[in-house]
Amino acid sequence: MIYFDRVTKVYNGNAVALEDVTLSIDPGEFVSIVGHSGAGKSTLLKLLLVEDYPTEGAVYFHSSEIHSLRKHELTAYRQRVGTIFQDFRLLPHKTAYENIAFAMEAAGRSDEEIAADVPHALSLVDLEDKMWNFPHELSGGEKQRVAIARAIVNQPDVIIADEPTGNLDPINTYEVVQILKKINDLGTTVLLTTHNKGVIDSLGKRVVTMDRGRIVRDDATGRYVL
Amino acid sequence: MFLTLKRIIRTGFINFWRNSFVSLASIIVLVITLFVIGSLVFVNAMLESSLAQIKDKVDINVYFVTDAPEEAVLEVKRALEDLPEVERVVYISREKALENFRARHANDQVTLQALEELDDNPLRASLRIKAKDPSQYGAIVTYLENTLKEGGPDRASLISKINYNENRAAIENLVRIINSTEKFGLVLTVTLIIASILITFNTIRLAIYTARDEIAVMRLVGASFAYIRGPFVFEGIMYGVVAALVTLVAFYPLTLWLGPATESFFGSINIFTYYMQNFTTLFSIIMGSGIILGAVSSFLAVKKFLRL
Repeated sequence: MIYFDRVTKVYNGNAVALEDVTLSIDPGEFVSIVGHSGAGKSTLLKLLLVEDYPTEGAVYFHSSEIHSLRKHELTAYRQRVGTIFQDFRLLPHKTAYENIAFAMEAAGRSDEEIAADVPHALSLVDLEDKMWNFPHELSGGEKQRVAIARAIVNQPDVIIADEPTGNLDPINTYEVVQILKKINDLGTTVLLTTHNKGVIDSLGKRVVTMDRGRIVRDDATGRYVL
Repeated sequence: MFLTLKRIIRTGFINFWRNSFVSLASIIVLVITLFVIGSLVFVNAMLESSLAQIKDKVDINVYFVTDAPEEAVLEVKRALEDLPEVERVVYISREKALENFRARHANDQVTLQALEELDDNPLRASLRIKAKDPSQYGAIVTYLENTLKEGGPDRASLISKINYNENRAAIENLVRIINSTEKFGLVLTVTLIIASILITFNTIRLAIYTARDEIAVMRLVGASFAYIRGPFVFEGIMYGVVAALVTLVAFYPLTLWLGPATESFFGSINIFTYYMQNFTTLFSIIMGSGIILGAVSSFLAVKKFLRL
């Protein structure tokens, strides 16, 4: 479903962030990408989110090359990809409800669908009682759960989670990973980057290890080896 | 489409209230800009009416010899009236000139007695010519002299004097002053308007700059450019509308207060009367500028952050 075809990314002509990376991800997989800081994990996700463009090679989603999508096609593509970040990236002037509703509005869903689906998504992450709170009134774990609810509300094909547990304590980390697992069990592809050894070891899923812009290991049921 | 528009407007309203401090700051800057634009409209109106008054006072007189037949003078008048440069020509007959002279010297018995001593009316008939623009008097005089010359020696001898030749320096000077005043006014207007537009643009850009991370998030969530931009542009329009209303209301007491002063200084025009009479025009200019400034500034600012 996702295919990186010999992708190289060079910043400013000499800083090589990714070098000749080829990676294939099938539907329904739960893939963790691990590596030291600067190994190229974030660059990989940035390319996948079309926040940046590859220097060489191409990235495919299903059969389309995502970096040559037109503006409206790109918008449609992003609606099929849910994103979760270490720094949550919620809209600070919107309540938890409105943050999730925004993703649905952006996808052109009707008011009735929004009124029905938003509380449902919030109940999946166990946050119905904080529906009308603004992000600054929520704890880190709660913010991340709102972000997860936002990521899944449009029933995307794939969830991209960029170090989602980086700012969370062990209990919240555990909860977030459980939610991601649940999402994956329901059929959504999950792509996770993390530094957390415990998370990787407890998952028992495919692990891709990166180092200095290259993929150095790719294990079907991997452990955190660095 | 309708649903999107409804959501854009609703979001615009909500953002307007939730970022009330930023909204207030933007509105204040816009009010100042609109105030500058409005004031320039007033100053221009004032300047124009003063200049028009001065221009109106400039005319030239063509004096005919005392034995010129009235028929010939009227013929010249008709010819002049056909010129596109000429606004109007007033014929002052010898009798009318005498009457005017008597009225002017009503308290001067010596002069009046001296007039009585004469057998005949010593005053000449004249044409007072008013051009559409003071700079055209030279051309009119040249035309007059040429046509009369072409009409033969008896025609040429009809005219005794054209006072343009004496007042020429003064008229040309005045034309120069009027022209440079108009040019200066235009340059000043354009400069001030550009400056205030840039200040407004910058303020709104700063206001939106604080939302650049939000814009990035909206893009990642899959919102279309139009859907992201819409609420910001609508918010900009709201700034414009509120600022325009504040400015228009503020001009009421201000012009009322300044009215008498402007009337005595500029002579013909009262700024308050001008405000009341031209309210629709002023409303359109200020409201239009406000809405366009707010919308365009927001549009361009968001566009910049969408590209990142």
